[in-house]
Amino acid sequence: MIVELGHYALVLGLALSLAQMVVPMIGLRMRDARMIAVAPPLTIATFLAVSVSFAALTWAYVTSDFSVRNVWANSFSDKPLIFKFTGVWGNHEGSMLLWILTLALFGALVAFFGANLPSRLKAAVLSVQGSVTVAFALFILLTSNPFERMSPAPMEGRDLNPILQDIGLAIHPPLLYLGYVGFSICFAFAVAALIEGRIDAAWARWVRPWTLVSWLFLTAGIAMGSYWAYYELGWGGWWFWDPVENASFMPWLIGTALLHSALVMEKREAMKVWTILLAILAFSFSLLGTFLVRSGVLTSVHSFATDPQRGLFILLILVVFIGGSLILFALRAGTLRNGGMFHPVSREGALVLNNLFLTTATATVLVGTLYPLLVEAVSGEKISVGAPYFNYTFIPLMIPLLMAVPFGPLLAWKRGNLYAAAERLWLAAALALVAALVMAFVLYDAPVLSAFAYFVAFWLLIGSFADLWQKAGFAKNGLAKGWARLKGLPRANWGTALAHAGLGVTVLGIVGVTTFEDETVLRMTPGETTSFAGYDVAFNELTPGKGPNYTYDRGIFTITRDGRLIGTVEPEKRIYVASRMPTTEAGIQSVGLFSHYYVALGDPPESGEGIVVRIWWKPWVTLIWYGSILMVIAGGISLSDRRLRIGAPQAARRRREPLAANATPEPAE
Amino acid sequence: MTRKQKRFAVIFSALGVLGAAVALVLTGLSEQVTFFRTPTDLVTPAAAAQNEGRLRLGGLVVMGSVETLDDARVEFAIEDANHAVTVRYGGILPDLFREGQGIVAEGSLQPDGTFYADTVLAKHDETYMPREVAEALKEQGVWKGGLPGEGASAGDGY
Repeated sequence: MIVELGHYALVLGLALSLAQMVVPMIGLRMRDARMIAVAPPLTIATFLAVSVSFAALTWAYVTSDFSVRNVWANSFSDKPLIFKFTGVWGNHEGSMLLWILTLALFGALVAFFGANLPSRLKAAVLSVQGSVTVAFALFILLTSNPFERMSPAPMEGRDLNPILQDIGLAIHPPLLYLGYVGFSICFAFAVAALIEGRIDAAWARWVRPWTLVSWLFLTAGIAMGSYWAYYELGWGGWWFWDPVENASFMPWLIGTALLHSALVMEKREAMKVWTILLAILAFSFSLLGTFLVRSGVLTSVHSFATDPQRGLFILLILVVFIGGSLILFALRAGTLRNGGMFHPVSREGALVLNNLFLTTATATVLVGTLYPLLVEAVSGEKISVGAPYFNYTFIPLMIPLLMAVPFGPLLAWKRGNLYAAAERLWLAAALALVAALVMAFVLYDAPVLSAFAYFVAFWLLIGSFADLWQKAGFAKNGLAKGWARLKGLPRANWGTALAHAGLGVTVLGIVGVTTFEDETVLRMTPGETTSFAGYDVAFNELTPGKGPNYTYDRGIFTITRDGRLIGTVEPEKRIYVASRMPTTEAGIQSVGLFSHYYVALGDPPESGEGIVVRIWWKPWVTLIWYGSILMVIAGGISLSDRRLRIGAPQAARRRREPLAANATPEPAE
Repeated sequence: MTRKQKRFAVIFSALGVLGAAVALVLTGLSEQVTFFRTPTDLVTPAAAAQNEGRLRLGGLVVMGSVETLDDARVEFAIEDANHAVTVRYGGILPDLFREGQGIVAEGSLQPDGTFYADTVLAKHDETYMPREVAEALKEQGVWKGGLPGEGASAGDGY
């Protein structure tokens, strides 16, 4: 009964989103205030209907209602409760329902928090958002209905793919979706602006918080996914340049570019057309990502259900939305007037540079991701483009960008002074150089190239704070006053510095683990001790056991260094009862603050003479994720800046404290 | 700087970056891609040069062929309808690696005819057959199943 209610609510959601799309649009055409005003309540109603639908599916999972085909295929009655919840989106149908729930949620948030939006713009935005909801609701109902029943109902389910029975799954997809789908709001704002033919700095001010929210969730989602793959797959890798990873990385790159170009538009009314294009592209890449993941046209190391027919439907959605919005863009972009001129060396210039590198880098990733499809279509030859290509093209494009980052915030709007900026950065450069030399030659006895890589990372990390340092003026004002000035700075300044520094931390982790990681594979018998990367690993015992819905062989290893105990790890090899599927649970021991000692077990031996053990030394690897966390926190800090929180420009100007105004050498907003 | 010069500065730097990117992409795509081969392609190549460099070898794991060597490396054979190739891999096989199942090994062909793999891909999803393997087998008329991914669906939630 509840399941049917969920199905019905989804159909209702489709009808409501159809109304949400059509009615305000007609209202805008006919200048009918009532039809325009109906957009927000309709959006909230759509969200409620979709929520009911999602709750119904969750209920079916929690109560293990195996008469629902989707539950039968992906659940098991002995499964721990938490994985019954997460199992809802651990499959194609349920994850698409989560997609549309997120979509409806963002629409409802705009309807709810958009009190200061002009009603026409708000109606247009919600209408465009509604059209996306219609497309995906149709997709679910026509090709992937999660509420389909089967008769007779089986007694027991087939269990969730064991690799997904992990807390990482609970967090990773919802975060990723909040990011992915969040860009639909930016897209809706862009298309609405094109439809209305009006765009100004206020538009950028409304769009930027949404971009920031999406960006920070996407950052968290990608980082979480990377960490999940690292510990769950048991391969010790944190990024594979796999098509599925690229699918989430491309919207991130474009979203980052959008975040920066919207800043130019907000402050200087420049780069309008470009910002609109980026907003369209960010969501287009999200759609492309959904298509690549769902259609299975590219072979990926990550699991996903593939179905060419469903892929075709998403391709259709993709063509309609990307094609439609780009045609609209081509027709209307000419009517948007560009504002503020600027000198190439200026804050705007630096942000243009940022956009240039980020979009170019996205293009190289896109080409590499889609090239196998192109080659196969043209010549029939099957190829794959892997990490070597992406490292070869992406890294050279990133290095100049990363080197330029600390300069950006130090350049003034309109016309900056590169020499003065360089003068303020020499200390950061000197510190970074020393740190890099210490890292590379003293600690690790490394080649010159890795010293350079370390320099880039430290330069980014230290240089990001140059702007704050200069604004505080500790030398001139003394410690107390300097600190007061720092505290008075707008939070956005802190956000910028922390986000850039977070990027530096991530780069440092990447450089550390790439240049100095080490691995070995060997066969060990219980009682044996081996020495690797300066640590001694004792294989104490191999014990079989039984978990809630799996059996395992658990190895117990003690790691010591010069007789001092570092820790004990217990990697497992599990076999899940229902599906007979094996999984590897890696044993990970933190060493020092940022490094990992990583132990994974191979298959149990048929004859009892030892088991294959793979050991990695992963120096500084956790910095990759700490840096991402820092970026997310920075995004949150930036979001809490009163300029964005209040939204309306006049209000912000009136209430801004004089102290903050003094501390910011920027022209009045 | 005049307005014109400013514009030129921006356009030229953009062209410079784009040009560099295009050069990187073109050389990258000509040198850094991996070709897919079946065991038959490796055993009876149309031209020996086709099997140089990095390759992906796809096929079914021969039943009973998996063996752990003394140096902890794994040896197994991958076959298609006509031929089998011996693969050596120094690492832990993926969880869903099973005899009789379709997998893809990435590495290079050695002069003695064995294939040294540094990566072995098997899907998390047991019903899944790597697409290239399924298509290659279908061409040879061996694969009787449906298209990859039909039937049950289990994904990692994307």
